[in-house]
Amino acid sequence: MNATQPRLRALACSGFVALLLLALLSGQWWLGDLPGRMQFDARLAPPGVDHWLGTDALGRELWARTLAGLGLSFQVGFLAALLGSAIALGLALLATLSPRLDALVRLLIDTLLSVPHLILLLLIAFALGGGLQAVVIAVATTHWPGLARVLRAELFQLRTAPYIDISRALGKSRGFILLHHFLPHALPHCLVGALLLFPHAILHEAALTFLGVGLSPSQPAIGILLADAMRYLSGGYWWLGVFPGLGLLLMVLSIERIAHGLRRAL
Amino acid sequence: MLEACQLRYAFHTQPPLFEEVSLRLGAGEWVGLSGHSGAGKSTLGRLLAGYDEPTAGHVRIAGQRLPVKGLRPVQWLPQSPELAVNPRWQVARVLHEAWEPPEALRHAFGIKPEWLNRPVRTLSGGELQRICVLRALAPGVRYLIADEISTMLDPITQLALWQALKAEAEKRKLGVLVISHDAALLGRLCQRRYHLENARLHAAEHHQLP
Repeated sequence: MNATQPRLRALACSGFVALLLLALLSGQWWLGDLPGRMQFDARLAPPGVDHWLGTDALGRELWARTLAGLGLSFQVGFLAALLGSAIALGLALLATLSPRLDALVRLLIDTLLSVPHLILLLLIAFALGGGLQAVVIAVATTHWPGLARVLRAELFQLRTAPYIDISRALGKSRGFILLHHFLPHALPHCLVGALLLFPHAILHEAALTFLGVGLSPSQPAIGILLADAMRYLSGGYWWLGVFPGLGLLLMVLSIERIAHGLRRAL
Repeated sequence: MLEACQLRYAFHTQPPLFEEVSLRLGAGEWVGLSGHSGAGKSTLGRLLAGYDEPTAGHVRIAGQRLPVKGLRPVQWLPQSPELAVNPRWQVARVLHEAWEPPEALRHAFGIKPEWLNRPVRTLSGGELQRICVLRALAPGVRYLIADEISTMLDPITQLALWQALKAEAEKRKLGVLVISHDAALLGRLCQRRYHLENARLHAAEHHQLP
């Protein structure tokens, strides 16, 4: 396979995500109340010139709701990936400090990995009462163990590197070694891990919202759009599910592709 | 005086790599250590510098245990300088990790000012080895364990490195343990020699510096 192909693909995906991000970030400003504006004379209108991606049962523009939903998903994904990778990095660094702390971190990782994470995710989101904050916390607290395990292994490999021994012999403190040797080594891995966590978080947000323990029904989240679409599937209103689903799929695949490109580059 | 008494070292349940190893290294003294590959020379060097703990026996410096915190008075210089430096760092950062060597000393070790702002990966093994040796000469260091530090260098670079180290060691009365396979090099540099063979340390013939 041509070596430039994956790089080109990653570049194309980065461009797509950058455009999407721009649209999502500026969306709140130029979309205004459009995602929630009802038009009772245009209920369940199919895609066309007047309604680009069609409308839903209350006559709301699907393109505006999809864009707003993707914006929300992006927000949740970003916050959950950031929080999840911060937990993973913090615990992996902690594990390098002493064998006791390492045993504790390993126990935490193994315990969380042994529980089906979807169940844990549902329980946490439900216990926290739903909403954006609950979804972010639920996704972050259930998704850090995989990344923490990788980071811990990376840092343990580094712990036996001669330059770490030498740094210690030169009188450098544990804090110095942690900050100047371990952290810069772990950060690129953490960045890739966070990017790989991103699409997971987005999909889980959609799943939680679809199941009713995620974002509020008043918010145009992708999960809510998909749950609404389910009710009209038998009526042949295909656009209600296809466009939000396609948008979610494209966003998830693009971020995943960027993460894989970055992993190869690093 | 750096002293090792009745050292024994074994990897887990393996038979001991060496045992009953005792040696002394005085201030300003150059002592050689030779032995076949795998005899345990580097492991012995690491034990002397406090990098690893012996299975039995102890290492003392002026009758005291090696300090655990702060700059250690015994520094170990490994064979591969590439492994002795953080590959993400610049040369200046590596060199100044423990102290700031004066320009005259940098010059004596052949370290060019233009290297300082370069990433360490752009330096050759010989250039990097000079950086590592000078870094280890921080004030407070009294003994050096030079573990085959010139093995991968060309003869001219070897000579320059040893000359610079010899001059500085003499000035500061540093004790140096030179680990090498090169009997001629040990003969030229060291007052005394040890040979590690069959898990035991033997005193080799004495050599006087020219």
